[in-house]
Amino acid sequence: MTSGRALPYALSAPALALFGLMVLLPLALTAALSFQRFSHDTGVQGGFTLAAYIAVLGDSYYWEIFGRTGWVALLTTLLCVLIGAPEAYILSRMRAPWRSVFLLVILAPLLVSVVVRAFGWSLVLGPAGFVNQFFEWVGIGRVRMLYTPIAVVVALVHVMLPFMVIPVWTSLQKLDPQVENAALSLGASRFTVLRRVVLPQVTPGLLSGGLIVFALSASALAIPGLLGGRRVKMVATLIYDEYLHELNWPLGAAIALALLVVNLVVMLATNAILEGNYRKRMGA
Amino acid sequence: MSFLVLDGLSKSYGDVHALVDMHLAVERGEFIGLLGPSGCGKTTTLQALAGFVQPTRGRIVLDGRDITALPANRRGLGIVFQSYALFPHMTVAQNVAFGLEMRQVPTAERAARVARMLELVHLGELAARYPRELSGGQRQRVAVARALVIEPPVLLLDEPLSNLDAKLREAMQFELRRIQRKLGTTTIMVTHDQAEALSISDRVVVMHAGRVQQIDAPHRLYEHPQSRFISSFVGKTNLVSATVRGTWMELAPGLRVPLAGAAAAEGSTLTVCLRPEKLAFADAAEGRLPVRIEERFFLGSQWLYRVSSALGDLEVACANDGRPPRPEQAQAQLTWSDDVARVLPPEPGSDAAS
Repeated sequence: MTSGRALPYALSAPALALFGLMVLLPLALTAALSFQRFSHDTGVQGGFTLAAYIAVLGDSYYWEIFGRTGWVALLTTLLCVLIGAPEAYILSRMRAPWRSVFLLVILAPLLVSVVVRAFGWSLVLGPAGFVNQFFEWVGIGRVRMLYTPIAVVVALVHVMLPFMVIPVWTSLQKLDPQVENAALSLGASRFTVLRRVVLPQVTPGLLSGGLIVFALSASALAIPGLLGGRRVKMVATLIYDEYLHELNWPLGAAIALALLVVNLVVMLATNAILEGNYRKRMGA
Repeated sequence: MSFLVLDGLSKSYGDVHALVDMHLAVERGEFIGLLGPSGCGKTTTLQALAGFVQPTRGRIVLDGRDITALPANRRGLGIVFQSYALFPHMTVAQNVAFGLEMRQVPTAERAARVARMLELVHLGELAARYPRELSGGQRQRVAVARALVIEPPVLLLDEPLSNLDAKLREAMQFELRRIQRKLGTTTIMVTHDQAEALSISDRVVVMHAGRVQQIDAPHRLYEHPQSRFISSFVGKTNLVSATVRGTWMELAPGLRVPLAGAAAAEGSTLTVCLRPEKLAFADAAEGRLPVRIEERFFLGSQWLYRVSSALGDLEVACANDGRPPRPEQAQAQLTWSDDVARVLPPEPGSDAAS
């Protein structure tokens, strides 16, 4: 019989073991790999060197890719906030049958294979796609969208939207509907009610949605790979190339860890600034 | 013309008639209680007054101005919600100041008015707290302060005390009345609690199934209920049927009381209301009705007896004067004075229905 103190640990041991095996071990192996020597003639050599990190930090080529990944992820997050928050608000105001129908519509991108989705967008955004046909019809002329960051952002927003809508919707559910009426009765306009009463209360939802969208966008592989092509390299596609084309595993590992660190720093910093501020007010 | 007039107000949701032809005239400074069971239309009335529900028919006239079509945010009424609906991300002072901010009251004046209002509800020292740090009673007072600081022509209270425990509820009842008297704000309170409505209202509107049943001062309402529903909803009651015999009503063979009020046809059947506290046990010589005490309940200030008699089961309430109560299963005599038996007007169609 296990003693009372040890029981919680014993019960969570399987989950811990799984987590250790599936997350921590690969991460540790990747970290170890990133410090190993590499030469194009002989491959991975073992030993200890900071060469991969020095290569990444010292080359403007990598800085540029990290920078592009950053703004693409940031723009995606911003667009998701701008589209997702109103969408969640409208959704929360819908009546019974429509609410579930539209929730399904929002979740639909997640149900479609990423490859199908990406090729769908390449048909829409391609040189002879619907969008360009429309542009020609209104007299703008053809615009190159496919294999530019624009295509990547559009497709990322499409698939990331549910990750923004759902947390915002959840915090909207917690709102007392009478609070909006209270603000109205005190003479606030509809817009003021949204800005002064609703928005501050869904901040935690926006924050967690934003963090999820940013992290997933910054490390997205398939969409930048398929819609950005070789012109728009992002960090995840760069890692893929280093591993599978250059066969420079230590460099790929170093970039992967750098991405992880950057992602962590951005998330923790945002959390510390916004949530700290929020906690002061709400005590949540 | 009265200060606030509801003129034939009706609201239907498809086939459901939530409110039917409501007429009410409220004088300036009056405290009106809207009383009724859930689904009686009292909340719909309040929502229509507040502007959250558009009435299907009828008009709302405030101080000579038709406000029926005016949106909620331009009516300027003060509302205290059942859930209080405080802004959780704002301090007590910010909550109270919100309405003044919307009216673009200058900052200095705003602060002064907020401070004065918080003083009135005894929350001066809690101005910097957030709603989650307050107790239920304190939240309720913030809600009252927030609604009153804008100096509304009418204050609407939606079950304002239902979320408080019994002790606090009683204290807040008198507190509400004190504040209302001090400011003279015309107030309409919705409640399902008859004690609450009777104790602080100037007039009570009893509603049932979307219709007004009776509008009267609390004491008159209690003493002269106009229907079977009111006599049982407002206070406890014993309903007894009686037959008209000349100027007398015969409750049971040999048991007569004088027929009060309107004349009724000889031999017709009436419903008579006998309040439990108007009945008393008596010595054998003075008793009108022999009864057998079936059960006895101790209510603190009162003893409530359930007795069986020739009139059926009756409830008798006796003040707890410190003497030992009558034993259960004992025989006793009941008496009452002639003028406490209230004849209920015949209900249209209800005799055939019931």
